[in-house]
Amino acid sequence: MRRIVIAIASTITGLVLLFSWPTSLNRTTALAATPGGTGGAGTTTGTSGAHANGNGNGSGKSTSSGSSGTSSGSGSGSGTATGTKTYTGATAQTRYGPVTVQITVTGGKVSDVQATNYPNGSRTDQVINSYAIPQLNAEALQAGSANIAMVSGATFTSYGYLQSLQDALDQAHL
Amino acid sequence: MAGDGAKAAAVSPSPGLPHRAWVEQIMGMPISVHVRGERALDDVVAAAVADLFDELREVEARFSPFREDSELCRLQRGEVELEHASDDMREVERLCRTALERTDGWFDAWHSRPDGLFDPTGLTKTWGVGRAARHLDSLPGLGYAIGAGGDVLLRPTSDGEPWLIGIEDPRDRSRVLATVPVSDGAVATSGTAARGAHIRDPRTGAAMTEVLAASVVGPSLLWADVFATAAIARGAQAVDWVSTLHGTSGLLVLADGSVHRWANPV
Repeated sequence: MRRIVIAIASTITGLVLLFSWPTSLNRTTALAATPGGTGGAGTTTGTSGAHANGNGNGSGKSTSSGSSGTSSGSGSGSGTATGTKTYTGATAQTRYGPVTVQITVTGGKVSDVQATNYPNGSRTDQVINSYAIPQLNAEALQAGSANIAMVSGATFTSYGYLQSLQDALDQAHL
Repeated sequence: MAGDGAKAAAVSPSPGLPHRAWVEQIMGMPISVHVRGERALDDVVAAAVADLFDELREVEARFSPFREDSELCRLQRGEVELEHASDDMREVERLCRTALERTDGWFDAWHSRPDGLFDPTGLTKTWGVGRAARHLDSLPGLGYAIGAGGDVLLRPTSDGEPWLIGIEDPRDRSRVLATVPVSDGAVATSGTAARGAHIRDPRTGAAMTEVLAASVVGPSLLWADVFATAAIARGAQAVDWVSTLHGTSGLLVLADGSVHRWANPV
């Protein structure tokens, strides 16, 4: 029983770091966080594969692959069918720093997964999120005063370009 | 006007790396190229930018639905079969099939036109920009920002400063609604603002209006573009759907004026 739980825990350590990670900015489903749902431990959360891997266009960011190695279970070895035990997985080295995952097992099934020992000792969403959340501007913004280099918008046409914001930004550096 | 080797390059108004820009009108839209780096003012950079623009003109010649002699029009008329089409056309067709799957059918090159003709132009522009950018990738130490009709591709500058990208307010194109710093990646925006409701629900053909604009920030320009387009097509459901786009951030402007922002982990 204990070896099965440890095997599951080490798999989860690696997979949690690869996939959905709850953030304060946007709740996404954490892998294997559903009580009594060990069936999902070895699979993804089925996000329709919408991972922007790019096709030769991107910078090829790879998902963080934590090599979890072997877990060290810290609970007792009795593993009763109805008891709750907490196991601390091995610390995994991610590209954001070391992360440790703690698994809670209830009734023989994983009931909770918590990451402890966050990079830099605190939960830094900016580190784990690849791209920053866009910041809304409280007031209308003069493009030049904010060091904006380029504007993204619904397709600019050549007709609409003249005297557009982007035109001004380009003119400054021609 | 297009970059001219004889023209004195503007000095960057802020201290730091030299910064130069070019703009040309291709595919009916402005293509702006900004470079930052020690070599930004060198002729070799200007030559690479000229090659970049030339490659975009080739993309236009091949994929323009407005040119009767383009390979796309010949394909649409049945004058050439896909299996005998160019490598580029077949690659684009494969990308359209992948996009169809990845967006659960909401980006659909086979149902984007009322007449039902295969239409890859929803991604040919950003595909082309990614290809053309290789001319600059071959120059080490040069950061760049390429804006193609509102979709932007970024590469890091040697001083580590991210490019600050403004996101246009779809309700007032003279206003920047939000900004996002990006060192390496892309920002693509789709919307109904510039040309009216041109994005259609592939199931019904009806024009979509619930999401005025969608901006996606991610590692790939092509996929940011595909996801932004699919978000418009999905309408209000897009608010939930974007939470599944791992490794992206962005915002949606809804028809009621509200703004939904996200930043997803990898």
